[in-house]
Amino acid sequence: MAITVRRPNLSWKERIYLPAILSGMVITMRHLKNMIFGRTKVTMEYPEEKWDSHMPEHYRGAPALVRDVAGRIRCVACQLCEFICPPRAIKIIPGELPGDDKFAKVEKYPNEFDIDMIRCIYCGMCEEVCPEQAIFLRKDYAITGFTREDMVHDKEKLLEIGGVMHGVVLKWNEKK
Amino acid sequence: MSDQVSAPVPLVNVQVDGVWRQFPKGTRLIEACEQAGSYVPRYCYHKKLSSPGNCRMCLIEMGMPKMGPDRKPVTGDDGMPLINWMPRPQISCAQDVAEGMGVRTTSPLVEDCRRGVMEFLLINHPLDCPICDQAGECRLQEFSVQYGNAESRFLENKVKKPKNVELGPRVTLDDERCILCSRCIRFCQEIAKDDVLGFIDRGSHSVLTAHPQKKLENNYSLNTVDICPVGALTSSDFRFKMRVWFLKETKSFCTSCATGCNTVIGTREGVVYRQTPRENDAVNSSWMCDYGRLNFDYLHSHRRLLEPKIYSGGTLVPADWQTVIADAAGQLKHFNGPQIAIIASGRMTNEELWLTSRLAQSLGVHLIDIVPHRGAGDEILLSEDRNPNTNGARLLRISEEPGARLQTIARAVERGDVKALVVLGENPLEAGISADALSALPAFVLLDLLENPATRYATALLPSAGFAEKRGSMINGKGRLQRLNRAVSPPGQARDDWEILRDLIQAVSGQNGIYTIEEVFAQMSQSVREFSGLSLSKIGDLGVQVMESAESPSPDEPAKNEGNKPESEKAAS
Repeated sequence: MAITVRRPNLSWKERIYLPAILSGMVITMRHLKNMIFGRTKVTMEYPEEKWDSHMPEHYRGAPALVRDVAGRIRCVACQLCEFICPPRAIKIIPGELPGDDKFAKVEKYPNEFDIDMIRCIYCGMCEEVCPEQAIFLRKDYAITGFTREDMVHDKEKLLEIGGVMHGVVLKWNEKK
Repeated sequence: MSDQVSAPVPLVNVQVDGVWRQFPKGTRLIEACEQAGSYVPRYCYHKKLSSPGNCRMCLIEMGMPKMGPDRKPVTGDDGMPLINWMPRPQISCAQDVAEGMGVRTTSPLVEDCRRGVMEFLLINHPLDCPICDQAGECRLQEFSVQYGNAESRFLENKVKKPKNVELGPRVTLDDERCILCSRCIRFCQEIAKDDVLGFIDRGSHSVLTAHPQKKLENNYSLNTVDICPVGALTSSDFRFKMRVWFLKETKSFCTSCATGCNTVIGTREGVVYRQTPRENDAVNSSWMCDYGRLNFDYLHSHRRLLEPKIYSGGTLVPADWQTVIADAAGQLKHFNGPQIAIIASGRMTNEELWLTSRLAQSLGVHLIDIVPHRGAGDEILLSEDRNPNTNGARLLRISEEPGARLQTIARAVERGDVKALVVLGENPLEAGISADALSALPAFVLLDLLENPATRYATALLPSAGFAEKRGSMINGKGRLQRLNRAVSPPGQARDDWEILRDLIQAVSGQNGIYTIEEVFAQMSQSVREFSGLSLSKIGDLGVQVMESAESPSPDEPAKNEGNKPESEKAAS
């Protein structure tokens, strides 16, 4: 069904446009004057300037693997994040820690851990599902690369973004 | 209920959760409850093993009929006996049903007991589910969701026990996870007849261990991993490879010997990770041998043949399927029947063998046989005949007696009477044909999975599919027709064997109107009396008995005895 749109009845002032143009120019001139005298600054010169310090606590950026204060990669390759990941961005190949390893008690570690950042949708499910507090969404948002391969974060890259996490439960201690 | 009863066993009336039902006399109470639709949680009880009653998880409330002064049951308004409930719970795994018995499986007392047992079981259990291979199929996880508490009330340190113990070449033990159900011990005593496991030490320090001078290395050791309700016993082969919830499960059967144990193949993204036995009381009870279970590595071997090749300019060069099939057919048509021999394989499915006999017919070939593969058998499951489908080859007239004509074929090839040799899934060098004779053959069409020393002499190489990569049927040593299902796709350009054979027949003798494997079976069932009225889907997951066998188990035999009875395998010899 066609809808008949009623055109507004313009007054003669509106029909000649000039008053509207002039009032617009006045606003522009006011901004120009404020800029010249340094009273306002609207444009942020990204990437030289960043807004990072204003980012909220709950910001969800790139997922990353963390180490604990003892330097252990907290991930034990349980593959729950791989299971929960909605876009299937995570791929883990588990490995077994050798018996003489410093953290041999944990037995299992991620031999390979890849997150395809083209697929990642920053939903944070991996962080939520992780039973080991090993994966966190950090505040990194500028994920770039020249090729698709560049956009796959491997274990080293993820650990580099993640760094050391303080204040998490040390579950695999001697009292376990 | 009456439909599960064979005639001579009398029925008894049992009240389960307020409803009167009938069960055959001798039924375990825990089984009766399960048949009535109320699953009683259990750890130590396994229906194919004896009942020690040591986990206490299957506690239920039980009662017997109330007796009047005349020693007759007092009946209620419904005419059924009134029940005298016992004040204390009973274990349902060590109790047979009796006339007028009453069971409550969901009463507050029972639920309380289960919560209590779970709390005790979890006192010393390490909560290492993230690294435990059993996670996802762990009874302790499942029942702790139902009956466990979110937090432990115990402040004491957990008892330390040996971890990552190599119990045998294929089984790894984590004693901290063990809940001392003793299923593995009983399996080794009762089924594998290799009494190597036992508990030592007392109380909360009890641990499972192997005999000091022995190892758990019998050919059935990995069944203990299957029946372990927790992650204490894990397969060293599967250890840390893949989480079980990722595995796609395909029902199939083992093709490593003539027994044909029913299996579930666990795969993910085209990779086979494990095989586990599937219950079929007519074949393998609930077990399978380690040899067959681990015999799937070759599917992902680097020796797999991945592309069809033809012999050109003194060497094998890759070509597309059409070219290779046409070339192979051309090579074969160049000779007449008596100049051609076919060596088929007892590892081929019935469909493939039937197509092979069609190919032999259209070429006029009479020299045809399969290669026998034999090994040491045992009294439990493993058969001496390592060909899974010897009976199929017999039934389809490929070979009356496997290997009987091989000598003739080998001699004819050596003498040069046979000019063209078709080998399907076998190594002709093992069949007694020398490398010189092979290299001298003008036509040597080889259909195979893996590269072997004979591969380089082929004049047409047709890469085929492994047992987990194709559909089809085979007949085991006891004459049972069973079905293979496709779990993964063949790698590279390898194709289903039956498709290759179909194309080859078409190239030799023109159109035959077969497009699906169902059609192969349909045509086969018209010419083979034993298959009449059957189709691949009618075979079902548990198979159909198609051949007479002296040792075929009677259908009336109760499942319970099946596991304890060694199934000797002589029919295939």
